[in-house]
Amino acid sequence: MAALTIAAGTGNWFSALALGVTLLKCLLIPTYHSTDFEVHRNWLAITHSLPISQWYYEATSEWTLDYPPFFAWFEYILSHVAKYFDQEMLNVHNLNYSSSRTLLFQRFSVIFTDTLFVYAVHECCKCIGGKKVGKELTEKPKFILSVLLLWNFGLLIVDHIHFQYNGFLFGLMLLSIARLFQKRHMEGAFLFAVLLHFKHIYLYVAPAYGVYLLRSYCFTANRPDGSIRWNSFSFVRFISLGLVVFLISALSLGPFLALNQLPQVFSRLFPFKRGLCHAYWAPNFWALYNALDKVLSVIGLKLKFLDPNKIPKASMKVQFQHTVLPSVTPWQRLYAQLIAILPSIFCLWFKPQGPRGFLRCLILCALSSFMFGWHVHEKAILLAILPMSLLSVGKAGDASVFLILTTTGHYSLFPLLFTAPELPIKILLMLLFTIYSISSLKTLFRKEKPLFNWMETFYLLGLGPLEVCCEFVFPLTSWKLKYPFIPLLLTSVYCALGITYAWFKLYVSVLIDPPIGKTKKQ
Amino acid sequence: MEKWYLMTTVVLIGLTVRWTVSLNSYSGAGKPPMFGDYEAQRHWQEITFNLPVKQWYFNSSDNNLQYWGLDYPPLTAYHSLLCAYVAKFINPDWIALHTSRGYESQAHKLFMRTTVLIADLLIYIPAVVLYCCCLKEISTKKKIANALCILLYPGLILIDYGHFQYNSVSLGFALWGVLGVSCDWDLLGSLAFCLAINYKQMELYHSLPFFCFLLGKCFKKGLKGKGFVLLVKLACTVVASFILCWLPFFTEGEQTLQVLRRLFPVDRGLFEDKVANIWCSFNVLLKIKDILPRHIQLIMSFCFTFLSLLPACIKLILQPSSKGFKFTLVSCALSFFLFSFQVHEKSILLVSFMLPLLLKDELLMPSVVTTMAFFIACVTSFSIFEKTSEEELQLKSFSISVRTYLPCFTFLSRIIQYLFLISVITMVLLTLMTVTLDPPQKLPDLFSVLVCFVSCLNFLFFLVYFNIIIMWDSKNGRNQKKIS
Repeated sequence: MAALTIAAGTGNWFSALALGVTLLKCLLIPTYHSTDFEVHRNWLAITHSLPISQWYYEATSEWTLDYPPFFAWFEYILSHVAKYFDQEMLNVHNLNYSSSRTLLFQRFSVIFTDTLFVYAVHECCKCIGGKKVGKELTEKPKFILSVLLLWNFGLLIVDHIHFQYNGFLFGLMLLSIARLFQKRHMEGAFLFAVLLHFKHIYLYVAPAYGVYLLRSYCFTANRPDGSIRWNSFSFVRFISLGLVVFLISALSLGPFLALNQLPQVFSRLFPFKRGLCHAYWAPNFWALYNALDKVLSVIGLKLKFLDPNKIPKASMKVQFQHTVLPSVTPWQRLYAQLIAILPSIFCLWFKPQGPRGFLRCLILCALSSFMFGWHVHEKAILLAILPMSLLSVGKAGDASVFLILTTTGHYSLFPLLFTAPELPIKILLMLLFTIYSISSLKTLFRKEKPLFNWMETFYLLGLGPLEVCCEFVFPLTSWKLKYPFIPLLLTSVYCALGITYAWFKLYVSVLIDPPIGKTKKQ
Repeated sequence: MEKWYLMTTVVLIGLTVRWTVSLNSYSGAGKPPMFGDYEAQRHWQEITFNLPVKQWYFNSSDNNLQYWGLDYPPLTAYHSLLCAYVAKFINPDWIALHTSRGYESQAHKLFMRTTVLIADLLIYIPAVVLYCCCLKEISTKKKIANALCILLYPGLILIDYGHFQYNSVSLGFALWGVLGVSCDWDLLGSLAFCLAINYKQMELYHSLPFFCFLLGKCFKKGLKGKGFVLLVKLACTVVASFILCWLPFFTEGEQTLQVLRRLFPVDRGLFEDKVANIWCSFNVLLKIKDILPRHIQLIMSFCFTFLSLLPACIKLILQPSSKGFKFTLVSCALSFFLFSFQVHEKSILLVSFMLPLLLKDELLMPSVVTTMAFFIACVTSFSIFEKTSEEELQLKSFSISVRTYLPCFTFLSRIIQYLFLISVITMVLLTLMTVTLDPPQKLPDLFSVLVCFVSCLNFLFFLVYFNIIIMWDSKNGRNQKKIS
């Protein structure tokens, strides 16, 4: 209480923002939570009641452990606090157990672990310069960045309503980025290695880290024109980086290697055989591909080019067979993903631009993987949105891309919250974040050309009518029973257009940017 | 205004906090046979929809006044009728006569909470935004900070969206009234205030300052010319608005009387339950409720109430000013609360003093969170721990006057700082004790009585403080900073 008074009393705006959003998170405790709540309760139970050798074999519940070992240890530590709240939640056989104390404990654990995220945001604000437009607090880039990160709509609804632990994971990622900006490369590498063993989805951005550390840390100097100087390679640095990664992996996977369980662990982490559980397409390239395929098949049926018996029933389950366009197998999607990230990697290698270039490459890797990845969940868009916030307060062009990406990305998360009491919350919070982000960035860059052209403005405004149609008009029509997936389809396709456009625009800006010798120093 | 987007952000934050609080439980949830205020509001929709107007306030086989009979003025009844029409459209079971008693479901809760939100959005929130925008002599940033603090006020949020009531409608109308009267739109202001009184009779607490302020304005303009014209116009506006609201009840004298009997239950005692009132606190030491007969209690409370608010009102008539008006609103409301008859604890809408009520509704978490949010918003916006000099506390003239008699009285601001600290610490301690400990067997109401007693002392202090400010407010009002 004393700390609160002091912090608030000195007019420290950062603490006020952090405390404010924490209080909002407390108010979100009684909201709807998805099956992810049960998933994490189950993992608490598994790690608490069973020995390590059983962790990746346990299958009483359908929600088996499919995160790397560090996360399992994290749940183990949490379970020791959980036992003071409600012992019953730690019983593996108590499926779907959700007493009020369990709910309170789980929600508070997310809110508490978000402290790491708050610290990471604080560190990021220190290293992002940005231009000074006015003396007002609300116009400083640091203030705007803090609000964009701390009050991020996507993170709030995914973590504190839907229920996940992304806060502290993104905290680790942002902290490692901040350390790279502060030229503390070893710490950055260490943090990222740790992060990888918490949640392996961050493999999407591992190429960016690898190439950047190799190019800009192991090669200690460049030639005047920016190209690589081969004789400046530092073996010491290379070996120490490798050692850090090796030690962390050993700490994480070592016990399972000793138990000869590595194949089982990997099969849990990368379940190639599993089908899609929910019927909603992540708004990426494949959504557009599937939609085009469906449209063509409908046209083909009408024009009698296709045999009606061969068309699968109308639904949104992921198909491995397309009707008109050629089918795409998972391996082909993986190749597409790799090809998509290659140009940005090449840029990072041949035209290094310091930490800022690394950040762009990271965002592009995340976004390209989202665009072409197999089995991508729409929540993965956050992987691109959060680092992009760091760039948005720097340049007007980046701000424009960020706003399109973030608005469509956040809107695409709406189907996650489909219950009626949560409808006002998601609309109010979305409006809050969108209005604030657009107006504050417009104010920050008011001396440059406008952030959006007419086409982009039209597109973004179209999200309003889309929401009204999907949530309010559609349920009252007769199509609700026959084609219940139409709102999801429309949302997915509309957002896919925006996200693809943002991805394309960002890629172009990265490829066109001149190398470091000709740009201003960061 | 520039920074409109910040004001929109503030309104959206206010709305989000309101809706998230509304996800919690309401009063009387799952507690038959009487349930709580939520059931009362639902019952009024049932009554107003199914019965003719003439039967709304009367006891009959269809309308049992013992089970949440209507005890608010007609405008509340009309509002309930409007909501009932919407309810009929969605699900007639919610308001079916007799059979819908104690109806509880998720969909119904959603409907009821939505009605509160819409009423708030249409009436109270625009009033707050306009009020903050019309404040003079302060920067845009301060206006937005004011709006944030007002919109985050926990008392209103918890009672309206937690416990379940429609205070935002009457407060909103009253605020429109204050706005109108401060900006010299006297007719619109008085119309709005009449609507407020006709929604909840509790707003009569604020009626005397309105009356005195407008009377003072008429006197200032000269009773022989423009002032008289204004007086006549105001009188006509008030009479017309009352007639409009009470039209169906003016047809028979018995109707009007019955409504008045329901609004002002003088048959009940000096106070009910535990209320942070002078009488309740006095009752701890000397059981006046049992000693004095009913009509003496009435006269006593009447006299004390009027004596305590007379000085401020007279000053307002003689020197009408916007600032004086606002302070008099507060001090009169406090006087009424402290001294009048049959006061309910909700009338004060101050959160820590409604703690026992909120605990009964299981609203502990939202209470704590909203109070902390409000506290942080105020502290960050106004840096209240730094601004405690005499000038900022508006007590400069007072202390100068006192110093003419007692030259060593220089430590007024220190006293106030200590008092503030002591009161906050006491409140926090009491809150913790109420929540965590059980009271001793012999004194089961110990904690609620203590809370009321401490609150009463706080209110008395504020009554004195505001009266001092009003009385010692010199004509150099422009030199002093405005506080909201």
